Amino acid sequence: MSGRRIKVQALTRVEGEGGLYIKLGPQDVEEVCLEIYEPPRLFEALLRGRPLEDVPDITARICGICPVAYQMSSVHALESALGVTVPPAIRQLRRLLYCGEWIESHTLHMYLLNAPDFLGFESGLAMAERYPDEVNRGLRMKKHGNQLLEVMGGRAIHPINVAVGGFFRLPRAEDLQRLVPDFEWGLQAAVETARWVAGFEFPDFCRDYQLVSLAHPEEYPMNEGCIATSDGESLAVGSFENEFEERQVPHSTALHAVRRHAQTPYLVGPLARVGLNVDQLSPTARRLAVEVGIAWPSRNPFQSIVARALEVVHAFEEALTILRDYQRPAHARVAYDYRDGRGCAATEAPRGLLYHRYDVTADGKIRLAKIVPPTSQNQAQIETDLRGWVPVALQDDDDAVARSCENLVRCYDPCISCSTHFLRVQIERP
Amino acid sequence: MSERPRLGVFKFASCDGCQLALLDAEDQLLQLAGAVRIAYFLEASSRIEPGPYDIALVEGSITTPADAERIQQIRRDAKFLVTIGACATAGGIQALRNWSDTDEFLRAVYARPEYISTLATSTAIADHVRVDFELRGCPINQQQLIEVLQSLLAGRRPRTPTHSICLDCKRRGTVCVMVAAGTPCLGPVTQAGCGAICPAYDRGCYGCYGPAVQANLASLTTHLIAKGEAREKVVYRLRGFNGYSPEFRAESDRLESIEEREG
Repeated sequence: MSGRRIKVQALTRVEGEGGLYIKLGPQDVEEVCLEIYEPPRLFEALLRGRPLEDVPDITARICGICPVAYQMSSVHALESALGVTVPPAIRQLRRLLYCGEWIESHTLHMYLLNAPDFLGFESGLAMAERYPDEVNRGLRMKKHGNQLLEVMGGRAIHPINVAVGGFFRLPRAEDLQRLVPDFEWGLQAAVETARWVAGFEFPDFCRDYQLVSLAHPEEYPMNEGCIATSDGESLAVGSFENEFEERQVPHSTALHAVRRHAQTPYLVGPLARVGLNVDQLSPTARRLAVEVGIAWPSRNPFQSIVARALEVVHAFEEALTILRDYQRPAHARVAYDYRDGRGCAATEAPRGLLYHRYDVTADGKIRLAKIVPPTSQNQAQIETDLRGWVPVALQDDDDAVARSCENLVRCYDPCISCSTHFLRVQIERP
Repeated sequence: MSERPRLGVFKFASCDGCQLALLDAEDQLLQLAGAVRIAYFLEASSRIEPGPYDIALVEGSITTPADAERIQQIRRDAKFLVTIGACATAGGIQALRNWSDTDEFLRAVYARPEYISTLATSTAIADHVRVDFELRGCPINQQQLIEVLQSLLAGRRPRTPTHSICLDCKRRGTVCVMVAAGTPCLGPVTQAGCGAICPAYDRGCYGCYGPAVQANLASLTTHLIAKGEAREKVVYRLRGFNGYSPEFRAESDRLESIEEREG
């Protein structure tokens, strides 16, 4: 009997292009490859020699869905290299900008990409015919996230206002104040969203994850903190490259990340973040985390959508506080002098921890750039989870197996353009 | 006509931001989805239908041998092919490799470059197939995209402005950042469409909509250099998201050859 092969040529409702190939032996799953054929764009190479001020705008182009994440990790890493500390008011405005991106990215994923899997639709648009109120609610929430990005950043996709040292121009108090009523609505809509998605049916599929995310003693992690793991580690961001390693595999233009010493995969993203930081969620999000009846940390990837919903509640609530209290600071950014140096930073992109390191020259240029996106960190874990999931799904025909594997992959919200420096499902059976 | 026009959205080397502009059209999205049949849009829908397509929106640049083949099939399947964004119309930021040794770039990023199949260049869609309409921007402007789709649905040719950013700054009432603050700005040579955002945020335009019609590049770069910007920095300024557009490319190459001659 020839091997059973199941292949998904092009994964859908994910960012970027890739596939999935599964080969089944007589007893076991022989091979699972998350194939990433997204063409490499070689960002780390093309940054070399350029003025360091170009970095936030160029690295933003790694991903159209999470450009702010790239801008945040890059400016923090460059500021570390230059010895610049931004004042608390700038730091808070960066969190506000990040809230806009978390809302826009998470809401897009929940409503248009992931919820259709739980409710049996091919797209969010098709789902809208049966669930018009829910989809319209999601679209309006997403719109308000984008409006915040527009006010703070000039535009929602590839904002133009982030600078090394701060911002180019500070928002006017009245422009932020104007967002308050919509964000009050958004917070309520986010609460309804969390209750809605928590009511979905989740397959019983718990994994032995090592969860990894930033953690901060005073706040829900976004722009800074140490790297916490579910094994109780607390690692300095500066030790990232000693603790985590990127490996190249033949079937992917994305690099795979593992823990350097144990060579084991790990999980970043909303499930890890909520799992490790549930006590730092905003008051409403924290109450909901209990109300939804999930014991955090959850190790069920299908429940990522609930973690995402809690983070949207958090983002609306934290944004509201900042919007209401905002007083325009005196200076948009901190001045700096060039110096020879190295700086690294990690921030929490919607999809998880995003690490950047730059070596800069005494005349303000990039000598070396290293970028480790969340999806390439999750890729090894996704393949490991698929190996666990395929036997559960195997009683079905190939199309159904492919569909269910694709559903699982979507739960991680993979961002393929990001990881390519990442999807087709293909299954082989005996 | 009972059958709705069939829309395909295709991605090549890119960040997904331009097709996201479609999903970001929250207020018009459901309406738009009712006016066309979304036949191929991997990021939005698991329903994949074969061609032909009445309208093909193409995002991204050609950087791999397989993609150079794939665009030919999309052209054969498409009645009206619209490129969306700087990658598709000018090669994108990844076209910076065109001035470099791509093998060296691969070695800089990948430990096993032999696993990676890529071309030495990143090129615009129009370098490979006939393009019916180009929509500029990094990212494209959502309202321009909707204008393009509405025009095509109404059977007329889309209209997008080709004048420079300067005119939009005047309309917006933005004080010129170059005149008032001496901030280097590509606005005079860059096509409008973004809404002249950067100068309104106290920074110079970085050219993400590509060259305006009849842009006088040499005049602007001469001015920037006269005002004290290093020639090398002006070259980098032009070699951005539309760096490989013919106009920006010719000027940055000219400056670079002067730099090499005079040091």
